[in-house]
Amino acid sequence: MSFIHLIGFGLKVGHLLLMLCYSFLTVISLNSFINDSQMKPNKSRKNWMKFLEIFSGNTSKIHDCCEYIGSEKNRKLWWRRLVILWIALGTILSLWSFWYLRSQALEKRKEILANMCDERARMLQDQFNVSMNHVQAMSILISIFHHGKNPSAIDQDTFAKYTERTAFERPLTSGVAYAVRVLDSEREQFEKRQGWTIKKMTSVNKDKYNPEELEPSPIQPEYAPVIFAQDTVAHVISLDMLTGKEDRENVLRARALGTGVLTAPLDLIKSNRLGVILTFAVYKRDLPSNATPKERIEATDGYLGGVFDIESLVEKLLQQLSSKQTIYVNVFDTTNISNPISMYGTDALDTSLQHVSPLNFGDPSRKHEMRCRFKQKQPWQILAISTSFGIFVITLLVGQIFHATVNRIAKVEDDFHEMSVLKKRAEDADVVKSEFLATVSHEIRTPMNGVLGMLDMLMDTVLDVTQQDYVRTAQASGKALVTLINAVLDQAKIESGKLELEAVGFDLREILDDVLSLFSGKSQEKGIELAVYISAKVPETLIGDPGRFRQIITNLMGNSIKFTEKGHIFVTVHLLEEVMESIDVETEPSSKDTLSGLPVADRNRSWERFRPACKIAGPSEFITLIVSVEDTGVGIPLDAQPRIFTPFMQVGPSIYRLHGGTGIGLSISKCLVNLMNGEIGFDSVLQIGSTFTFTAVFSNPNEQQINGQSKPKSMPEFCNMQAVVVDPRSVRADVSRYHIQRLGMHVDIVSSLTNMLSMLTNGSQTVHVILIEEEVWDRDLSNSAVFLYKLRNLDHKISPQLFLLTNAISGSRQNNTIYSPNVITKPLRVSMLAASLQRAMGSNKNHARNGEIPKLSLSKLLVGRKILVVDDNNVNLRVAAGALKKYGAEVVCADNGRKAISLLTPPHLFDACFMDIQMPEVDGFEATKRIRKIEHDINNDIQHGDFLLQDYANISNWHVPILAMTADVIQATHEQCLRSGMDGYVSKPFEANQLYQEVSRFFL
Amino acid sequence: MAAVSQLQRQFIEYTTSLYNEGYLDDQFTQLQKLQDESNPEFVVEVVSLFFEDSEKLLNNLATALQQKIVDYKQVDSHVHQFKGSSSSIGAQRVTNVCVHFRNYCEEKNLDGCLRCLQQVKHEYILVRNKLETLFRLEQQIVQAGGSIPMME
Repeated sequence: MSFIHLIGFGLKVGHLLLMLCYSFLTVISLNSFINDSQMKPNKSRKNWMKFLEIFSGNTSKIHDCCEYIGSEKNRKLWWRRLVILWIALGTILSLWSFWYLRSQALEKRKEILANMCDERARMLQDQFNVSMNHVQAMSILISIFHHGKNPSAIDQDTFAKYTERTAFERPLTSGVAYAVRVLDSEREQFEKRQGWTIKKMTSVNKDKYNPEELEPSPIQPEYAPVIFAQDTVAHVISLDMLTGKEDRENVLRARALGTGVLTAPLDLIKSNRLGVILTFAVYKRDLPSNATPKERIEATDGYLGGVFDIESLVEKLLQQLSSKQTIYVNVFDTTNISNPISMYGTDALDTSLQHVSPLNFGDPSRKHEMRCRFKQKQPWQILAISTSFGIFVITLLVGQIFHATVNRIAKVEDDFHEMSVLKKRAEDADVVKSEFLATVSHEIRTPMNGVLGMLDMLMDTVLDVTQQDYVRTAQASGKALVTLINAVLDQAKIESGKLELEAVGFDLREILDDVLSLFSGKSQEKGIELAVYISAKVPETLIGDPGRFRQIITNLMGNSIKFTEKGHIFVTVHLLEEVMESIDVETEPSSKDTLSGLPVADRNRSWERFRPACKIAGPSEFITLIVSVEDTGVGIPLDAQPRIFTPFMQVGPSIYRLHGGTGIGLSISKCLVNLMNGEIGFDSVLQIGSTFTFTAVFSNPNEQQINGQSKPKSMPEFCNMQAVVVDPRSVRADVSRYHIQRLGMHVDIVSSLTNMLSMLTNGSQTVHVILIEEEVWDRDLSNSAVFLYKLRNLDHKISPQLFLLTNAISGSRQNNTIYSPNVITKPLRVSMLAASLQRAMGSNKNHARNGEIPKLSLSKLLVGRKILVVDDNNVNLRVAAGALKKYGAEVVCADNGRKAISLLTPPHLFDACFMDIQMPEVDGFEATKRIRKIEHDINNDIQHGDFLLQDYANISNWHVPILAMTADVIQATHEQCLRSGMDGYVSKPFEANQLYQEVSRFFL
Repeated sequence: MAAVSQLQRQFIEYTTSLYNEGYLDDQFTQLQKLQDESNPEFVVEVVSLFFEDSEKLLNNLATALQQKIVDYKQVDSHVHQFKGSSSSIGAQRVTNVCVHFRNYCEEKNLDGCLRCLQQVKHEYILVRNKLETLFRLEQQIVQAGGSIPMME
């Protein structure tokens, strides 16, 4: 049992050690990994040091070793040493346990031996004592019946018979005999009485023993001839005990002491066996216990001797005991210590283990002892061997695990290093790739710009129709290529996770106006109505990435424009909560009530599949916008719908041939929407149209931020003016109202001209502006004419301004014979609307030709404008100035940022500024920032009345448009431009179209 | 008149070769387009301004690169200037060398920079000679009473 327990314990200890090892190593390796990854080798070194300190307290050594520990090789070496140390320890432990168990077993064996030996000794002693007592009793018997009676009651026969029958009482004696004390004077008489002579005792051979042949005893003062003897020793009768050396000594001692005495072991006469003779003296009278030896000698009558045949007797005794085979028993007479006399037992081989038990046979002058030894040598110590072997094996195993773990760690570390090297290489490669993409796109863009510019110029020359078509195609392809390059660059950025969204404050409405401007040309060409509606609940300023938001909208609208031939494209922006609330109330939206009256895909279904979490109104600091782009285009076939957001996936090859494009736009849009924590979805009905809806999360700027960059949108000149929109279609009217309201005007909506007229006639309200949908106007031109006539005849202080809202620049408008009111071409935008109204209000006769404005060449836009050009490079400065002068602008040059700042400090007369970015001392960004700050301060001061408005040319809100000029047109630069307060950028050298696009935002 | 038309042909051929060999690019055409009656000397003006600037910049560059401790930022800004002005007049090959030059600046490679300086000098002198020849041709045409043909 204990064996199993021990093994179990060993295993447990081993397991514990193992766990300890593992956890320790894990912690260490983890730490070292973390540290490695953090590139802090010092810290990991410290850990190693700690680790070593735990294992060996030798700090001085550690100081030495920590010099080298940093290197991989030495660390491995230390590990190896540690493993060897561990195995050595384990070996020592196993040896110790072997020794310990063995000694334990030996101890136990000894104990067993001692017990057995003592038991035998005690038994022997007891039996001997019993025999001795009996012999003593016999001596008393003789004293009473032989010497006490006269004539004696005992003769040889009686004695022999008696002793024979009481032999069982003396189990150790082989025989008893009685010798009587005969003085020399009594010898003759005695010999005569007995009929034999007293014979001398001589040791003879057993076989030849013949008492007749023995010589008579020589003459001595006294004799002790044996007169009675048990049959077994009958041959000693007539022998004089005093002639035997041992016997004599025994006899003399016995009578002097009065107790039983023993001889040393001697060869018995006749039998020649080893025996001991016990002798008791028989006294004439009872002696006191304190009688002197002299008294005793005097009183001596005879001597009773018992022969103990030790050998056979011990044998007999041992027969009675079990397990006699297990041990050897030797009995020695050790009266003479230097030469003990073996009384029993063989001189068996000397097994080291022996136990000595003293024997007391009642004779103080004789010493006996029993020596016991095991018969067998100690058996093999299976327990000790297996335990120590087990410990050794466990040690080896742990060592192996240790070793394996260390190797593993080393391997993992190596792998880690390898991986990190690879990772670094991969990252480098990625950087190189990005750089390569940027470079390539830049390098492609530069020649492409050349190609496009040349094509532009080629268009201006006299070409026949076919040539023009070719050139136009070439130009379109070139532009598509540039767009594709930009898209690929974006995709690469998104894929590499490099795309990070900005968080700057921006005006959503402005951005959508910009996008509308971008697409206005195309929509007007196609005669599609383009409109944006932003819910009033959407805050003025949001914080997010305007560029990327714009990109999404542009992508979606670009797609819509591409696939829509008639009808409308309608962008709506709401707060998500708003839509959620309305959806419960709203019943089936009437399919007729759309912007252009054409049926559309159900917007609600486009975001049906959005996450429900997304639909829950978030906390107030975040604003979730839901933006829908609805078109009445061809729609997306059902089978193509699932892969619509996969990059480079298009509905079909025919689509590509028809419309071009890369199919990358939607994928990018989806990525961008995801980056904005939003979702994108769509619903599409073939031949009816598609509606794309996405959500995006922006942060809500807090009050301070709003105040910080407050831009009063409503123009003071339109404030509190009353406008009326004549439009029977409520959705469209809402859009118109939204834009007009942004100018600060009050808007009413009436459904027809008749209603309008009645309103004008009845209402006391002054109406400043009437905007009439072209559709209403054209429906019945005669009715319109009547309306016009009546309107003029109305007696109003201020006659209302009439405007027609039209989609396409239709040539028929100009050819109309009847008086045609001012025309505002959709899409409606604040800047454009304001410009049109201003122009119309400024002079009644000046017929605003809004429709023509996009077609105005750059020179018309720029003529008479005062423009500041800032560049530190003289040549560049001259070229830019030359180009702008060509378009009729009045150009002032400045060759550094400081001059620009001083020139642009209000009041000044500049309409715009073109500024180089990279300039010494004060660069373009810095200069712009400072100018914006100066403007901001002055605006504030004017508002607070610290400055007189007159001193600042009656302009209360200074903001000169600043455009960056840069040769490297990359996204980062663009974003930085916006961040430093610039309004846009143009590439250098100027490209007519881009220049127009940028400039038109300010001068339209 | 034959002389004039021959000069004009020569002018056209020469100009075409300049474009084909890459000395000039589209920007030079743009520059020519900016020249009109109100500003008849525009191209010559700008180009001579370019020459002045360039010589100054080349001198500055040579000095900057001879310093014991080269201020690469300084060199880079010079090269940037040079690149800007050369691209403004359409001296394409100069611009291209400037691009390489700036890369070497970024790497702080002195050997590369010095090599680029030599190259850019070489290219500059080439384009200067070419442009001077072009202007001489123009003058000859004007003196001969002809009009300068527009390159389209």
